[in-house]
Amino acid sequence: MARNTVYRGLAGRANVLTLIVLIGPAFILFTVLVVVPVFEAAAFSLYKWNGLGPMVDFRGLGNYGLFVSDPIIHKALLHNLIIAFVSLAIELPLAMILALIVSDREFKGALFFRTFFFLPYMLSEVITGVLWQFIYHPQYGLVRSFYETFFPNLQPPALMGSPSTLLGAILVVVIWKYFGLHMTIYIAGLQDVPREQIEAATIDGASKWRVFWSVILPGMRTAVQLSVFFSLIGSFQLFDLVWAMGKGDPVNAGETIVTYMYKIGLTRFNIGYGSTIAVCIFLICLLFSILYQRILVREAD
Amino acid sequence: MKSIAAANRGLKVTQYLITLFVLFVIAVPLYISVVGGLKSVGQLRAQPAALPHPAVWSQYADMLTGARGNFWLDLWNSLIVGTGTVAVVLLASTTAGYALARLKFRLNKLLYAYFLLGLLFPLAVAILPLYVQLRFLGLIDTHLGVILAQAAFGLAMMVLLLHGFIKQIPKELEEAAAMDGYGPFGFLFKIVVPLSTPILATVSILTLVASWNSFFTPLLVLNTPTKFTLPLGVMDFMGQYAADWNRILAFLTLAMIPALILYILGQKYIVAGLTGGAIKG
Repeated sequence: MARNTVYRGLAGRANVLTLIVLIGPAFILFTVLVVVPVFEAAAFSLYKWNGLGPMVDFRGLGNYGLFVSDPIIHKALLHNLIIAFVSLAIELPLAMILALIVSDREFKGALFFRTFFFLPYMLSEVITGVLWQFIYHPQYGLVRSFYETFFPNLQPPALMGSPSTLLGAILVVVIWKYFGLHMTIYIAGLQDVPREQIEAATIDGASKWRVFWSVILPGMRTAVQLSVFFSLIGSFQLFDLVWAMGKGDPVNAGETIVTYMYKIGLTRFNIGYGSTIAVCIFLICLLFSILYQRILVREAD
Repeated sequence: MKSIAAANRGLKVTQYLITLFVLFVIAVPLYISVVGGLKSVGQLRAQPAALPHPAVWSQYADMLTGARGNFWLDLWNSLIVGTGTVAVVLLASTTAGYALARLKFRLNKLLYAYFLLGLLFPLAVAILPLYVQLRFLGLIDTHLGVILAQAAFGLAMMVLLLHGFIKQIPKELEEAAAMDGYGPFGFLFKIVVPLSTPILATVSILTLVASWNSFFTPLLVLNTPTKFTLPLGVMDFMGQYAADWNRILAFLTLAMIPALILYILGQKYIVAGLTGGAIKG
């Protein structure tokens, strides 16, 4: 294969067999279990199919019509939006405040706090969800004991049993579990902000608030964008935690779009309609990705 | 000047109040879990937050001797699935990342874009066809099915991570390797792999953590309780001992320990992988 005496990289030696051996495993695995299923989802979404036997009951875009008019879909999407909103409006600012505090070198115990605050992120969603089920439990949990101590005359609420409080109860756990990841991303981002700029602005008499808005926040833009993106995508794919906290029930009060898809597809075996929901989740996430890219490009200009 | 000093001290106090409050909110559930496992149901009902008095060790003992629940079996299954997933991801993503980064061939750019596509496909989108596909391949209710599905969905990210790293290895090393008579495989194993140990460690530990905590894929694939991984085992145990919260908390506490050990040992790589790598990538 060597063409001449001048070295031209490994290209001259890479024959087809080499490439097949090197890329083949990843290519086959990725194609068979990721790419093909995604396209199959698009195909399944046009049928009514229980997953067994031949796929013959073609419905065209009928399942998509069902998606648009399904009241539980509306409910689930609203929940996903609320989760996304709370993540952006409460979780990320909290993560930012904590990142600013524990990035201060003079703050005693900074390293300990960083390590400890990241810990909930390391626990599995199932362990977290079940643990919080206990905390919310009206006969055993902490909430009951809290009520006994402070409001002995009131009946402790069944936070996870009541449709009006379930979503709020889940949101607390979402923040508890994930703020540490965002804090850690911000800490990494803060290291990219030049210290001289902060010091210069401080010497010029800018208030701390002003330094934050004009110097620190623009300096860690990449980190913020990354964490916003993670939050949005994560909010629309939330499954494990909700499933471990009662599968989104009672009466779909905690239902998210993915838990509903799972129920439709694998407990009711309506693979066709389940796939329609899956395709719509994909389109929503794709829309976020495109908007995100757009904003990035616009800001870069 | 005095007022500035006072203001600074006020800020410090506020900062400590905030961090200590957050510390408290994180610590309480963990504390409750550990001590809850040491109480009788009666104690737990009466005072969930107090220290156990007297401590009842039998819940933990029952778990560890296998009298109740399948803790050791679940742990073993998690280990098999975890190491299997790491092995597959490491092997497939190192070779693919290397070929895409260093070898010139016609389809290189196209293949790179193809793997990039994987970042757009979340597991949730493919889960139903994935189930049909795994059933077709005879992989339902097998650990291999869980391993391959998890590896496939973790692959894209890891191929890109390794591609980025391997591309930065200087060209001179490649030329020197070629002079010494190394081919593409020699260069990969003698030079690229030893130089890539930090990134390989990052890939391994991120994959292991993801697999350890993974619930969606095992839930989809596994049916037989003796094959369950820890997260499935926790759910199963909860179904069996619904009212015995002291036993459930003991199981939860034991199930947390491996993840905590993993965190302590691999903290550097986990944090770097999730933040530095992600931000630069």
